[in-house]
Amino acid sequence: MVLSRGFRGRSTRPDPGRVPPGQYLTTDFPVLSAGPTPRVDRDQWTFSVRGEVDEPITWTWQQFRDLPSETFTVDIHCVTKWSKLDTTWTGVSLDTLLDEVETAAEYALAFSDGGYTTNLPLDDLLDGQAWLVHEYEHEPLHPEHGGPIRLLVPHLYFWKSAKWVRGIELHANDEPGFWETYGYHNYGDPWKEQRYNGD
Amino acid sequence: MTEPAGAVRPPTSIAAGASRRRLGWQPATVADVRWENPQCKSIFLSVAGWPGHRPGQHLDLRLTAEDGYQAQRSYSIASAPGDELLMITVDCLPDGEVSPYLVDQVRPGDQLELRGPIGGYFVWDESRSDPVTLIAGGSGIAPFRSFLRHHEVVGSTTPIRLLYSTQSSASMIFRDELQAQASRELIDIDITLTREQPADWTGYRRRIDAELLGMIVWPAEEHPVDYVCGPTGFVEKASDILVALGHEPGRVLTERFGGTREG
Ligand SMILES: Cc1cc2nc3c(=O)[nH]c(=O)nc-3n(C[C@H](O)[C@H](O)[C@H](O)COP(=O)(O)OP(=O)(O)OC[C@H]3O[C@@H](n4cnc5c(N)ncnc54)[C@H](O)[C@@H]3O)c2cc1C
Repeated sequence: MVLSRGFRGRSTRPDPGRVPPGQYLTTDFPVLSAGPTPRVDRDQWTFSVRGEVDEPITWTWQQFRDLPSETFTVDIHCVTKWSKLDTTWTGVSLDTLLDEVETAAEYALAFSDGGYTTNLPLDDLLDGQAWLVHEYEHEPLHPEHGGPIRLLVPHLYFWKSAKWVRGIELHANDEPGFWETYGYHNYGDPWKEQRYNGD
Repeated sequence: MTEPAGAVRPPTSIAAGASRRRLGWQPATVADVRWENPQCKSIFLSVAGWPGHRPGQHLDLRLTAEDGYQAQRSYSIASAPGDELLMITVDCLPDGEVSPYLVDQVRPGDQLELRGPIGGYFVWDESRSDPVTLIAGGSGIAPFRSFLRHHEVVGSTTPIRLLYSTQSSASMIFRDELQAQASRELIDIDITLTREQPADWTGYRRRIDAELLGMIVWPAEEHPVDYVCGPTGFVEKASDILVALGHEPGRVLTERFGGTREG
């Protein structure tokens, strides 16, 4: 470890019990994406579960909005080192969506408008760990933040919470997504600082 | 880097190869520092065994306080792959935790910890001949210095149009270097000063808008690859305009530095 002469950091340090190592707190909501923000027409929007399933399923906007949604408050952690505490979202639990799906797959690849993908173990999407959200702080989710719908998986780095998500493909084998192919960690646990491949 | 859009391109063999290497922290020695303007400094680093990088990649810096507290931030690599020293260019955000330290405290002989190069997406592939547009807000000019120097060194025949938006002539970064680059045949550089302009200023005098970009960037029919870099609000605006001008979203590559300040 190299000490940085004269570096003290902020006088108020984030709580290490609540904020993963290497993260700093922000009160804004930074936007980070690899291209322009897609604008999606709700009438054209659908969400699909496909891949290793007996029958692919597709929800239209209205069908999706008819599913029961819940409002919850979580902390989020971005690989670019900001964390944001107590963010409130409204959306549909992946348990609700995947309840209708019969599969032996163990991996999921979320895919989005614009071609973005990210991979997760299917287990990380179940048991109240992941949602498809349509509201942030009780307002419709802004396109910059992934509206109309983004995936939210707060226990992993935020690049796993795919913006503008349009579906999930189920696979028997793991397949790296967009950033994972570019050297980011395959799993992305903020508490283990799994930022890059090999961390 | 959180959650990108844009067409997924298969990574080149270099990026894929680089991604398999473990990115450990390594010490770097500050060889030199250079003021770019009163709030911005370039730091030249000597790193043993640096594996090389591609124009557009960045690195992570880590600072450690005496009590063990650590802070990490990302910085674009401003030097070209062939340059002897690695260089980053840091804009001081007065209320920031890391950038004031890098700009005000760091001096030659100091050691810093870094890891990289990181990112295989926001990079320029010199083997492609599509015209390139570079749009920089503020310190977003840093990676484009790497692009331009590399372009010159490899003798690329790709034409480049660069638009650099910054607040005033006092906040300009790499002024002389950009002027020298602009004298090269394949390179067009336009600068817009958004807040204050000297009386004899002949460049643009406004924030970016559709009309300005429409005049300066490659038209969509030329199938350019566009790179946009700078504070989030700036990047969001520029990339929205490019898409509205008919540019293919999958060919508009963005690097958002965070914050909302405009260039
Ligand atoms: C891939 C990548 C490459 C980057 N390359 C560069 C680079 O080449 N040069 C450079 O100077 N910075 C670069 N940055 C930004 C850099 O990582 C830091 O965010 C920046 O130096 C501020 O850190 P800080 O600790 O001083 O401020 P913090 O303590 O993190 O933040 C202080 C305040 O400044 C705001 N803020 C943070 N970043 C910015 C910004 N860029 N513009 C305006 N306001 C901001 C925050 O919202 C906060 O309110 C890059 C960021 C990324 C993700």
